[in-house]
Order: sequence, then structure tokens, then C-alpha cells
Amino acid sequence: MSDAGKYRYNNSEVTGRGDLLKNQAASGEMLSGAEIMVRALKAEGVDTVFGYPGGAVLALYDELYKSDIRHILTRHEQGAVHAADGYARATGRPGVVIATSGPGATNLVTGIANAHMDSVPIICITGQVSLDMVGRDSFQEADITGITIPITKYSYLIKDPCKVASTVREAFYIATTGRPGPVLIDFPKDMMVKKAEFRYPPELDLPGYRFRTRPNREMIREAARLLAESTRPVIVAGGGVAQAGAQRELLNLAERSGIPVATTMMGKGTIPEDHHLCLGMLGMHGTAYANFAVSSCDLLMALGARFDDRVTARVDTFAPRARIIHVDIDPAELGKIKSADISIAGDLRRVLMDLLAEFQPADYSAWRERVYRWREENPLAYDQNGSSLKPQYVIQRISDILAGDAIVTTDVGQHQMWAAQYVKRNKPRTFITSGGLGTMGFGLPAAMGVQVGCPDALVFCITGDGSIQMNSQELATVAHYRLPVKIAIINNGYLGMVRQWQELFFGARYAHSDISGGPDFVKLGDAYGIKAMRVTDRDGVEPALVEALGHQGPVMIDFVVEREENVFPMVPAGGSLNKMLGR
Amino acid sequence: MKHTLAVLVENRPGVLTRIAGLFSRRGFNIDSLAVGRTENPSVSRMTIVVEGDDRIIEQVCKQLHKLIDVIKLNDITEEEYVDRELILIKVHAEPNNRTEIMQIVDIFRARIVDIGRNTLIIEATGDQGKINAIESALRPFGIREVVRTGKIAMVRGAKHKTETNGKTIV
Amino acid sequence: MGITGAEMLVRCLEELGVDLVFGYPGGNILPVYDALIGSNIRHVLVRQEQGAVHAASGYARVTGKAGVCLATSGPGATNLVTGIATAYMDSIPLVVFTGQVPTIMVGTDAFQEVDITGITIPITKHNYLVKDVDELPRVIKEAFHIATTGRTGPVVVDLPKDVSSAVCKAKPPQEVELRGYKPNYQGHPTQIRNLARLIQEARRPVIYAGGGVIRSGASDLLRTLAERVKAPVTTTLMGIGGFPEDHPLSLGMLGMHGTPYANLAVQECDVLIGLGVRFDDRVTAAVEHFAPRAKVVHVDIDPAEIGKNVLVDLPIVGDLRLVLTDLLELVEEKDHQEWLDTVYAWRRERPLAYGSPDVLRPQYVLAKLGELTRHRAIITTDVGQHQMWTAQHYGFVRPGSFLTSGGLGTMGYGFPAALGAQLGAPDTLVIAVTGDGSFQMHMAEMATAVQEGLPVKILLFNNNSLGMVRQLQHFFCNRRYTAVDMVNPDFMKLAECYGAAGLRIQQPAEVEPVLTEAINNGRLTIIECIISDTELVYPVVPGTKGLHEMIEYTEEN
Repeated sequence: MSDAGKYRYNNSEVTGRGDLLKNQAASGEMLSGAEIMVRALKAEGVDTVFGYPGGAVLALYDELYKSDIRHILTRHEQGAVHAADGYARATGRPGVVIATSGPGATNLVTGIANAHMDSVPIICITGQVSLDMVGRDSFQEADITGITIPITKYSYLIKDPCKVASTVREAFYIATTGRPGPVLIDFPKDMMVKKAEFRYPPELDLPGYRFRTRPNREMIREAARLLAESTRPVIVAGGGVAQAGAQRELLNLAERSGIPVATTMMGKGTIPEDHHLCLGMLGMHGTAYANFAVSSCDLLMALGARFDDRVTARVDTFAPRARIIHVDIDPAELGKIKSADISIAGDLRRVLMDLLAEFQPADYSAWRERVYRWREENPLAYDQNGSSLKPQYVIQRISDILAGDAIVTTDVGQHQMWAAQYVKRNKPRTFITSGGLGTMGFGLPAAMGVQVGCPDALVFCITGDGSIQMNSQELATVAHYRLPVKIAIINNGYLGMVRQWQELFFGARYAHSDISGGPDFVKLGDAYGIKAMRVTDRDGVEPALVEALGHQGPVMIDFVVEREENVFPMVPAGGSLNKMLGR
Repeated sequence: MKHTLAVLVENRPGVLTRIAGLFSRRGFNIDSLAVGRTENPSVSRMTIVVEGDDRIIEQVCKQLHKLIDVIKLNDITEEEYVDRELILIKVHAEPNNRTEIMQIVDIFRARIVDIGRNTLIIEATGDQGKINAIESALRPFGIREVVRTGKIAMVRGAKHKTETNGKTIV
Repeated sequence: MGITGAEMLVRCLEELGVDLVFGYPGGNILPVYDALIGSNIRHVLVRQEQGAVHAASGYARVTGKAGVCLATSGPGATNLVTGIATAYMDSIPLVVFTGQVPTIMVGTDAFQEVDITGITIPITKHNYLVKDVDELPRVIKEAFHIATTGRTGPVVVDLPKDVSSAVCKAKPPQEVELRGYKPNYQGHPTQIRNLARLIQEARRPVIYAGGGVIRSGASDLLRTLAERVKAPVTTTLMGIGGFPEDHPLSLGMLGMHGTPYANLAVQECDVLIGLGVRFDDRVTAAVEHFAPRAKVVHVDIDPAEIGKNVLVDLPIVGDLRLVLTDLLELVEEKDHQEWLDTVYAWRRERPLAYGSPDVLRPQYVLAKLGELTRHRAIITTDVGQHQMWTAQHYGFVRPGSFLTSGGLGTMGYGFPAALGAQLGAPDTLVIAVTGDGSFQMHMAEMATAVQEGLPVKILLFNNNSLGMVRQLQHFFCNRRYTAVDMVNPDFMKLAECYGAAGLRIQQPAEVEPVLTEAINNGRLTIIECIISDTELVYPVVPGTKGLHEMIEYTEEN
């Protein structure tokens, strides 16, 4: 039977909230909507918010002023929402962002879409014009609930101050349970001022919202049978493993059975990448051995992955000889792209625990040997000859110097793929990147959010010269709060991935992908009082990284790399996974 | 007061989203909305019942009119028109009260379209007054499920409203 | 052998007279970028898509043509949202092309897929998802038609990658055939006659002119009308430049931060003639107290604006140029010297006032800038205190010379808009007046300006604070200042790292020499004015009050 999470909090996922809820319950005072909002946020365990003030959220900011919630003022709302997203990915707790109405709200759109595609729990609170002004094209009015329908898990427009508390509770509940995602609360100015009775926690009333955590036993048994029957199984671990905190169970399953594990980019770190069973990332820029393994396997078990086109390439030739077991918390993902022989909706940890109890592994050693041989014969490689600084080398050295607890964020483009290939991560939530939406400009603000959420961690942002300029204004936020993030710019003077596509698929006609005009990133760092260095050759890499790690505050390193290096291997879009370029 | 709007729209994907979004964005209340194809396959007709004073209705009409996909719009509230709604009611029916239910069905010129062990499904069409009346007449027996289509309406007489040249606003 | 959808797009753009597009490439728009090679359309590569859309908007405002921008799917498209909404609120014609994942992948949450047509329904005049390449020529033609006619506005065209790559056999249609879109341009003759009569009968008329005057090119007609019937003219923020502010009949801007005399004139007038305006809340303040003694006339191209916010005594739907042309046939010379004397007395006795000149005041800098540029530069602003000071003190005399985000109030608009404006008017001095908060939103576009060789001047008022928010907290939160203090970059060093000139003004005596230097140096320049965060915008009309109940500057406050 389904164990719908209706009317029940899964407190284990959000630390420290249970006690707070108890302390706040049943006070019953008359408070303004803004006061209720702040109290409710505190009751949900929120101690940090990211945001940017404006006219329509003044009353809310005035309450923040009186509270002990920490507010991080960014330099653009997009910085705030990405920071909240990074905070959520690193800590597992929902990130909260506040913006004003109109442009404040619309500036969140990319960040919300980004969190939506990667299933990140964030709560966006936007100011709105007074209710009587809604719908009249008032100053700084935007229909943000309408705009964000396609990119939120749910959204609210508060029309009654009595609903503030229940809205906050529902928003956190929806954002953090089932398949997590962004929830938006649009909060009109007059609703912030009007008073209502405050009680917490209010009743949840969400008859339309259910999710299944406990899997179907029959399906688990079937899955165990298929695994036992197979001779060439592969596990594909996605971001859902990290979301469910199922890395221990995954490792258990892999080690007990000896089944090799490939990960999606979002799944990086869900199995230690120095583990002999780990094949690294599969997909368009995956390792050759992961792609060969998937293409030759007879059973593919996808855990918390969604058969994205960057993973499967051409879907009908993806894992062509395999039976497929697909496990996901979101039933809508099952059968969406690739029909599975066994589809299991449920919480991954639970599914894996149940499966471990049922499952009698067969001997896959011959298969494993074959896969390992692929790995030996087709390692990730790049041309190390010549004097120019190779981006892969820089990223490899970054990987070498980072301890296990360090958290890496990336932007989008070539450097992201090189980072996914060469940065080794052994824990989930330590490789933070924009997977589904592919948002350039995510890396720096995400790193800020990570650093705020994990003040003691070493946070390393690997970015490109194109990506960093998308949100470089956030360097001011880094400086403002003295966030000691380390920023490595892989600077090739191009929109590198665009250039690579133009080289490979458009006859090397580089239409508008050359951005070599500037700025001078060392001087840019200097303008913000951020320690900045430039590295132009191999020998400079190591000392610069050592110096950066030894420096207390933020550091920015401009790695001027080989301009026209390509990311390989590469499966052209629409091609088959085993037909890789540049191998 | 309730107004009935007859709206001709392009039969294209997304038109319903545009119209529903407009209502929610501008804070207008839709009472009911029914939509289907017309005699011209490229044109759909919506019958929208909206609650509001004259000023609100005027805004509703003007804003709808602005949508590129809205071809023509008429507020037919003041005109002579035929309106109909279809309702399906699943009502609890024990052997001892079936006769009584069937009498009500007859009075309203409705039909029984399905018979279960202790339920009946009744289909009725009529104007909203009649639909409300049959629903309340059946309520004492125990209504299990109700589904209504929303109102559709057509102006009486020879005026041909589906011509698509030029928009008329109220 | 045909051409691809992307090539068809480029050909259609050329035929429509598009010579400049703003954009940022990415996977799903690459076919269009490839097709741009060899075309005579100039492409300006920005540093973030939001910069592209604001620049296109600045270009459109200056040239009167539709601004065009290109972005890829997913984040490229969502990064345009604020700019599209900004253009929508200010009725700016834009045609925006976004890449989309191939049609078979639409709806599968594919890489860089977002439902941009769904997202932009509330903020576009219309939008399209093109699913068949043979629809493309018709859609492009319709998109430009819709964007540039009637009440102008942004249109989005979403182009799946397979559509832009496929061979297009269709030809652009000769005519646009849209059965649901037929804007009305000619005002109703009876209503225009009624307006002429009302004007003849008026004893205390005021003309309230908005952005519609500029958009329809009716500034000259407005001036003729005002002079003929001796009606003082106040403009909205969007209407600034629509009537020369050095004209004796000009009362400057009305509204929340309007001039005392404009606000008083509106409250006392017996006929208020609204031309191309929309009775926005920033103009009316408490709407129930707005123009209480007046018969209200409202002329607008958009029928939905009429009666939306205030009840109107005399509505006229039509294009302002045509309506005013018809109206001028009917109105005769008349005079209201007594009324004008009253209004002029207000102007003399209650001017826009600000603090003593011994410290650097933004109002002074802007007045000086007006003087030094002979009020003829194109000025863009961002949003906040500096925006209002510019509106109040520069002294605009030409339509299309003041570019600002009025309806949405988008911080970050000004600088990218200035880049677009400079490209649209290469021989005109373009100055982006901004604040430290606003400028940071898109300061990365400095790289674009350098790359394109655009000698835009950035006049940056730095109070190390989000000044307007701080001002609101000053008045309405009992001076509890929160989340407004800014740790800023060193703007001089910032200029340097992009290869721009940096100049700083700290004393009143430096204003004239530094501005003169900047105006004449022919380069991208940041002029940073260090001002106090205690400087406030006056007058202020609280939102719940009538326009006459403004808080004016006094030496005590």
C-alpha cells in the first residue's frame, strides 16, 4: 500500500525543525502578516535568508530587522536565488530568498527554473503590490505566480493574513518532501500589514499532494530477480541518490553485488569516485568506459536519474541490450523518456534497503573485468604536449589539492564538463552544478550560498570567463560578507562550449563566441578588494592553488588556458552513446 | 451580477492558458467556462460566465479583446438566448426509493444512464435554474458525485454570431 | 534546394529592415547564429541576456523601430524575462527570438528546456512557439506587425532547433492576416468634437501627457495644442521629453515625486486632458483624491486602459497623432491668463528645492549636466533616487531623450539601455545616470561597451546605499534601515579593469570641469559622484494621500 506522506512531516530530512515547531505552537497572538511570516520562517528552522529589498517588501524587511534571521544582501536577485539554491544543495535544508515585486520577482525566474530542473528545495518570497492594485499594471507589478507556473513545484498568492502561517508551512512541506523543488509565495504589501492570529504549526490541508515513499514489494522482488538473472548489470546513480541520502545503501549494494556504478553529473559523489566500482560520469561527455558499459549491459538500474538527453544521447540506442529497472520518487519520471521493465516509485533509501534484503547477487566478475579493461584502455585523456596551459590540467590539479570535505561549484560550459570529468568527489552534495537548466552564472552565487551554509568548508568555484561575467556583480557580496570562496576562472576568451559546437558542427564558423575583449580579471578582483592572481603556464598552477588555499579570504585566480581546447569524449547530440568523438 | 460572454477564439494550443491566466492575473472571477469547436474547425467558442459589476465586466471584455487569439467577443447577458448545461449526478438509490427518484427524473425530463447496485447515474440538461433544482431535489437521497459542464449559450434568432470579421465589444 | 528556417529568419529580418540584433549564443539558437554569418545584420554580443533585452529596448526607444534580440533556450530565455516585462509595462516594441529544444523533446524537461511561451504569457503582447518551419515566415511577419502597431509591446518567438535547421519552403506572406487583431487608430469624431467643446469651456485646463505622446510621435501636435489653448502641460515619467521643459507652459513631472506646481495644478484644474497615459498609481497617488474638481479626458490607443484605474468623463480611443490632428481642426485660440498666473505663482513660490550648495548634491550635478549638454543628450536612468532626481532636474526638451523603466521600475535597466541607445543614435551623447545599487546589476556590460566601442558616459551617484529603499525606511519604518548598506567595488578600479575611463566628483567645484572632461573624452567613462546617503528625494506624496498633500523639502527636514 502506498504510504502517502499526507499530513506528516518527514523531519529527518530537515534537521532541527521538530523542536522549533514544538516551541512555537499554539501561541495565538494577533500579529501582522509580516511578523507571522518571520515567526513562521523561524519555526521552520530558517536562520539565513538571501535577498534584495524594495518597496513592496519593506514591511517584511522591517520584521527581519527585528529578528535574528541573518540576511545576505546580494547585488542582483538572481544572485540571491542561486545562493539559496547552493545553500540548499550543500546543506540539504531549504534555501530561502526574498525579493520585491515586479523586477525583483522576475529577476528570480532563471534561478527558480534552475532549482526546478535540478529538484532543489527553495522557498521564494516575493513582495507584491496591494491586493486592490493587483491586475491593474501597478508600479512594479508582475504576475509572478502566473509567470512561474511552469517552473515551480507550487506557488501561492496570499490573499488573507490568516493564511500566512499555513502557507509558509505548506510551502516548506511541499518544497522539501517527495521530489523536492521550488515553491513561491507571493506576498502582497497590504497582507504584510494586516493582522491575524498566529498559531504554529497550522494544519496542513493538501488533499491534492501525495507522494509515495514506501515501494511496492512485488516490484522490489521482481527487480531482485532481474538483477540475479543478469550477467552484465550496471547501476546509473543520479541526483536522487543524494536527495534521498541513500549513498550508504548504494555503496552497500554495489559492494555486495560487485555491480559497476556510473553516475550522472547530478549523481557525482553519491559513490566515492576513488572506488574501483565507480565508472565516473556517463553521457554526452561521460567517460568512454561508462558509456561502453551502459551500451553493452544487459541490465541497467537507474536510481534517482531521469534519462536526460545529455545522459542518453539517442534514446532508442541507449542501453539497447538492457532490461531496465527505474527507481524514482517521482512517478511521472517513470516511463517518461525510456520505458522500464520494472518501475519503482519510492524513496530511494527505502527501495535500496528493501532490495538489499531481497537480493541474491550473481557472479558478475567476467563482466566487471570487461568493464575494467575498457577503463584501462580508454582513460580520460588530453594532449599534454606543448607549452600551453591545458584547462584539464588546471582542473586536475584543483582536484588533487582539495580535501574530501571541500565543496566544488561550477558554472556551465566546457569547464563544467572538465570539472565533472576530472574533479573527484567522494561524498554527495560536494559537487554543485546546474545540470538540467545549464545556467551560466550559477557558480559564483551558488558558492556564496554554500559558504554561508557551510562556513567551515573549503568552497571552490570553477567557472569560465563567459559564465563569471553573468553574475560577476556578486563579487561585491563575496567581499561584503568576507566569504572565503576560491574562484578559478578557466579563461579561454571564448564562450568555449559554443565555440566547440561551432568547430565541430558548423564548419568552424565562430559566430559571436569570441569574448576575448576583457575584463582584466585580476584588476576586477582588485576593484573588489579580493586577492587575485593570474596563471598562464603549467608551473604556475600549483603555487597559485597553494597560495589561494593558504589565504584566509576570497581569492580569484585567472587561469589563462589554451584557447581552442575541446571537451572529449563527446557524443554528438542525437548520436549513440558508444559512438564518441575524440576518444 | 453574472454576465454571460460568448467568445470566439482561434482553435490553437495555449489559448485556454492565455484566457485562464488573464482572469487569474487580473483578479477576475470565472463562474464557469465551457469551450468547444464551432462549425468552423479553426475557431473555438467559449462561453464564460463572469461575476462582477459593470466596470469589472467592461475591463474583462476589453482585456479579453486585447488577446490576439480572441477573434470576437459578445456580452450576451441582455440578449435573448438559449443556455444549457449538462449535469451527471450519481445518487444513492436503495430499491425502496428508486421509484421516487425516477419520478423526479421524469419531472425534470432527465434520464437515467447507469444503474449500479445501490446507485443511479442521472443525466440532465437545461438552464442553470433547472440544473440547480434537480440537484437539490436529489440531494435528500444522498448525492455521491456530481459533474457539470458549465453553461453554453446561443443567441436566439437569425443573427449569426460566429462570423469572424471584426471584433465587437459589448 | 531551399533555405533553412534560420536562414529564412535572417532573410525576413533583412527584409523588415532590421540591421541590428542583440544577443547571446547557445546550443539551441546556434543555427540562427550560423545563418547570421554573411548577413549585413550587426550582432551585438552582450555579457548576460538581460543586458541584450534592455539594450534592444533602449535601441527601440531611440529609433522607434522594434528592438530585436536573440537568446538560447532555457536560462538564455529566462534571463530575458525581466527585460521583456520591463518593455511590456512601458509598451516598447521588441521582437525576441529564443532557441528551444527540438520539437520532439519539448515537454520532456530536456537539457536547457523551459516553457518560455508559458512563462511570458503575462508579460508579452503575444508569443509564438513555432512547430513547423513553414509557419516561420508568417510568424515573423506577424510578430513584427503586432510588436510595432497599436499599443506597441514585446513579442516572443520560440524557435525549436529542428525548426531552425529544417528546410523552409514557405515564403513570407504579402499581408498580415490576423482576424483577432485590428487596432483602432482613428478617434471617434463625435468624441473629438466633444473634447473640442470641453476645451473651449474649460477655465482651468491641464494637459497630462504620457509616454503615448512619444510613442505616437505627437509631441509637435501636443505643443501646438497647448500653445493654442494656453493649457499648462505636465508629463508623467514616461512622458518626459514629450513636451519641452523650457517651455513656459511646462510644469514638469507630476505624481509621487512630481513638482509641487504640477501636482497642485492637477488638483485644482477643471478639465484634465490625459493623453497617452494610464493613470498609474505613481501618478495619481490615492486615486480617490486625484484631480477632484476635474472632468477627466482620456485619449489612448488601448481601449483597455480607459476606465481601468479612474472613471473617465470623456474617453477617446485612437492614435494620439491622428486624434490630435483631428482635434486641432476644431479648437480655436483661447486664453486663461488668470489660471496661468495662479499656476506660475505656484511655480515661483514652490519650486523644486534641495539642500545647500556647499556639499555635493545630486540635484545640482544633474542641473549642471543639463546645462553642459544643452539639455540635448540622451539620458537613460536606472531605478531609485537618481531616477527621480534626473526626471526633476535635467530639463528635457526632446522626445525620446529620456529613457527609463517607468512601469516595472527595473534596476539595472539604464546602462544596457544606454548601449542600445548609443547604437541607435551613434552621433548623440548618451549618458546613463545610475546609482551604486542599480549599476552593479549589469555592470558586466562594460565589456560589451568596450567591445563595441561605445563612448557611453555613466554618471554614478554613489551613496553606498540602496537610497530609495533607505528613503522609504526613513519615512515609513521609523528610520530602521535594513539591508540597504552596500559594500561596493572601487568604481575607478572597475572602470580601469574594463579599459574605461574613471573620474570622481566629491566637491561641488569639481562638477563642471569633470563633467566637461567626460563629455569630451570620446570614451566609455564612469563618473562617480560621492553623495550622502541622507540625501532624499522631495517632494514625496505618500501613497495614501492626495497629490496636494506632498511632503516638500524644507531646511529642517
